[in-house]
Amino acid sequence: MSAEVVAQALVSGVLIGFVFALIAAGLSLIFGVMDIVNFAHGEFLMLSMYLSYFLYTGLGWDPVAALPINAAALFVLGVAVYALLIRRVLKAPMLAQIFATFGLGVFLQNLAIWLWLPDFRTVGDTWLTGRVEVLGLFVSRPQLAAAVGAILTTGGLFWLLTRTEVGRALLATAEDRQAAALMGIDPDRMFALAWGLGAACVGVAGALLSTFYYIFPQVGVVFGLVAYVAVALGGFGSVAGAFVGGIIIGAVESLAGVFIAPAIKNVFVFAIYLVVVLVRPRGLFGKS
Amino acid sequence: MKRAPVIAVGAVLALLVLYPLVVRDPFRQHIVILVMLFGLLGTAWNLLGGFTGQVSLGHAVFFGTGAYTSTLLLQHLGLSPWLGMAAGAAAAVLLSVAIGWPCFRLSGHYFAIATIAVGEIVQILVTNWEFAGGAVGLFLPIGDEGLGALQFHTSKLPYYYVLLGLLVVAVALAAWLRRTRPGYYWRAIKEDQAAARSLGVPATRYKQLAMALSAALTACAGTFYAQYILFIDPGSVLPLSLSIQVCLVAVLGGAGTVAGPLVGAAVLIPLSEFTRAYLGGSGKALDLVVYGLLIMVIAAYEPGGLVGLARRLAAGRSARSARRGAARGA
Repeated sequence: MSAEVVAQALVSGVLIGFVFALIAAGLSLIFGVMDIVNFAHGEFLMLSMYLSYFLYTGLGWDPVAALPINAAALFVLGVAVYALLIRRVLKAPMLAQIFATFGLGVFLQNLAIWLWLPDFRTVGDTWLTGRVEVLGLFVSRPQLAAAVGAILTTGGLFWLLTRTEVGRALLATAEDRQAAALMGIDPDRMFALAWGLGAACVGVAGALLSTFYYIFPQVGVVFGLVAYVAVALGGFGSVAGAFVGGIIIGAVESLAGVFIAPAIKNVFVFAIYLVVVLVRPRGLFGKS
Repeated sequence: MKRAPVIAVGAVLALLVLYPLVVRDPFRQHIVILVMLFGLLGTAWNLLGGFTGQVSLGHAVFFGTGAYTSTLLLQHLGLSPWLGMAAGAAAAVLLSVAIGWPCFRLSGHYFAIATIAVGEIVQILVTNWEFAGGAVGLFLPIGDEGLGALQFHTSKLPYYYVLLGLLVVAVALAAWLRRTRPGYYWRAIKEDQAAARSLGVPATRYKQLAMALSAALTACAGTFYAQYILFIDPGSVLPLSLSIQVCLVAVLGGAGTVAGPLVGAAVLIPLSEFTRAYLGGSGKALDLVVYGLLIMVIAAYEPGGLVGLARRLAAGRSARSARRGAARGA
């Protein structure tokens, strides 16, 4: 197998890895601020992809152009889920928290099957369809656009967290809820904001993915699982760690698919997780 | 032990023994078989997840180990499924050591996701393992019916009583363990592992004990399932959704209590079977919409599970009857 094939696999793996990274960053933000894993994260992604699909087929709005709508819609969804469901389990045992979000995932996934049938749909050709050649490697244009969009969005999230007042308030709440409250930061509003922002990240990811990926009710399961692994790999609560974790997983998945067998590529994704957490039990960048 | 629980246990047992003699409808018998199967699985999960506080979302691995071990031994060596069940349990114990030895260093979500990772790896590998039937699965060789072969073709009754026997053993074991040294150690580990360690509890060894027992019981249930359905494939005995449902049964009923998984199974399984029968037709997933909604509501409003709810109601009533209105404040 030539170096060209390796490079090709690596490039396409890293490109999808950026999208994994964006999904994982949203998940990690929620976890970091309030120690709750959103097991419905993949279903948020699925909803965003359907939103793109219906905006495109119904109104003819391009998924990339309509991206802010996805982000806003998912932000609202995230805040609503926090207010209606998560607020009730804040002090509950971990198992109750797992099942609150897991039940939400089951609910949303099957609601999608009920409303929109289990069919596979695609947005079809958009202005992005096609490929470009970079240094002798072929790159699909929708994937390239998705990677660029994911990098910009994650960068924006990072800027928001580290350079703005509200972002610092979020990080302060993650650091120490009570101390932040004493400084006049309302934890309840921060939690709602974390859910809104975390969901908005998958909103963007869903819009970007919808230009080249199949849209079906279970699409979130695969991306959700990969995102949990990416987050745990990077260390729960570390947005930067989740980003790196996502890229590693994209690369591993793609290389394993080319070199070993596509059918068992995910074995390596999960194995990498096990190896990393066994060497570093809190992930690559996790707080101890 | 107080008298009321003894009477309650006796009454439930008598009801379970009499049920299939009174209710002859095979579908209704099948539902109670499923209730007992998930009661058994939930009880097994509870040893590790409820008593010891180590949340496993990968118990389907042990279920599949039991189902595949006995089925492969039956197919290739003609081994009795009872010996296959023992072999499956032994294999599950070995596997639990292989998983537990590295993973018990992890805590909380890291452990839970590690068990998901192991579960997914095993499911993908078995799906691609030709010898074990791959994605197509395995049909069990159909032979003469009888207790020795653990196959019955004319009636569900023998399956019913075999499973009831397994369930009684598992529940008795759980109740006994809860009142002996391992049970106390497990609870100490669950409450605060560092504190338990500092008092001399060998935490890793006792977590491993919980996982090994849990795995063995789960594998026995897996063998029973294979003999009952007479067909296994990765999608039915190894999926993540099975792991989640086992955990859910225990949590819904009340994790960490002996009765919890039984109550959870008795509520959840008929509910999901009947909603499937009445709402699930025509490929639409309305039954699972209701199911998801229910899980959310219980998690949000009754995180202690149904046993917790029952206890609270009972406490409220006795407090009222004693005319001490303020008793609930504590």
